[in-house]
Amino acid sequence: MAGNKTKDVLFNPIIHNNPIALQVLGICSALAVTTRLDKSLTMCFAVIFVCAMANASVALIRNKIPNSIRIIVQMTIIASLVIVVDQVLQAVAYGLSKELSVFVGLIITNCIIMGRAEGFAMQNTVKDSFIDGIGNGLGYSMILLVVGFFRELFGSGKLFGITVLPESIYQPNGLMLLPPSAFFIIGFLIWAIRAYDRDQVEHDDSGIGHTHAH
Amino acid sequence: MQFFELFMRAAFVENLALVYFLGMCTFLAVSKNVKTALGLGAAVIVVQGITVPLNNLIYNLFLRKGSLVLGEYNLEFLGLICYIGVIAAAVQILEMTLDRFFPALFNALGIFLPLITVNCAILGGTLFMVQNKYTFLESVTYGIGSGFGWAVAIAALAGIREKLRYSNVPEGLRGLGITFMVVGLMALAFMAFNGI
Repeated sequence: MAGNKTKDVLFNPIIHNNPIALQVLGICSALAVTTRLDKSLTMCFAVIFVCAMANASVALIRNKIPNSIRIIVQMTIIASLVIVVDQVLQAVAYGLSKELSVFVGLIITNCIIMGRAEGFAMQNTVKDSFIDGIGNGLGYSMILLVVGFFRELFGSGKLFGITVLPESIYQPNGLMLLPPSAFFIIGFLIWAIRAYDRDQVEHDDSGIGHTHAH
Repeated sequence: MQFFELFMRAAFVENLALVYFLGMCTFLAVSKNVKTALGLGAAVIVVQGITVPLNNLIYNLFLRKGSLVLGEYNLEFLGLICYIGVIAAAVQILEMTLDRFFPALFNALGIFLPLITVNCAILGGTLFMVQNKYTFLESVTYGIGSGFGWAVAIAALAGIREKLRYSNVPEGLRGLGITFMVVGLMALAFMAFNGI
């Protein structure tokens, strides 16, 4: 059954337990960097890398971390990994890193990574944690790429900076590039996921109910 | 006058929650009723007003190239790890101080303080402060202003969600989905501050 478990750990977070759509984690950066697909894609790779490596590192030393300071230890590991990503980005793609501005640094406070390190990596083996990190990174990436796709396509008629819908056919809708549209698209996306997977519908009408993590 | 302008800009035009999407996780999770939202908002203003100036000092005294203490070294790459450490420590110290000297305030803010360490609005405020190269006094204004803007936004959202309870929302959109739509409309409204 080991193979099955690995598969579950990897693929569950993509639709059935999506960190953004179901657990309401890590939305901040998901909204801000999605005006263009190349920005979204860079962010996805950064988050997958940090999430997987942080999970693996935390799992590796999970039995040696004193319980009372575990949050600080996790923070330090995550912050170091983010610094690595930030420095590499500045060296390899300086323009992109300038445009992502503070949002690369904000991966530190991305609750997905913190949440997985605390909730999964502290109890599981290095291998499972690593794969769980990749899976959650992928779940995050899926939402990011879908939102980025719609925003760039309808906002400027381009994909990856290449014109797909010339202005003679489609008049770009500037609203798509502004903050509010990201909220609308994620709202519709959650609606779509819940229409597909009815178990996720919230019946507790007092608000978010039991689905939020903190 | 310059500081008043900076305060208004930090609070409304560059609202951390509705323009830069920072602190969204707590923003969505803890906005079910106005009272808790106000408590969290107050905690954010306090922590933001302390950590942004503190990080400003650290940046200017130690990290930046040509800093006052470690002049010739450029330690900017250590920024992130220092800022998050400062934030975690400041929140911890604030919690202990409140507990010791202002128990009433501690009871009101207590449960929200640990949440704030991982609130991206706090780290985001510091990173914007570094990016815009604010002086110390400007950073105090910016910290309090941006915290205030975040508090206003979460209180408003909580008010709307309290009323929303009485509406009949489509099944799949209930809860989180409709909250996103509401926040989107609020962001649209806040864009009106642009260009003031």
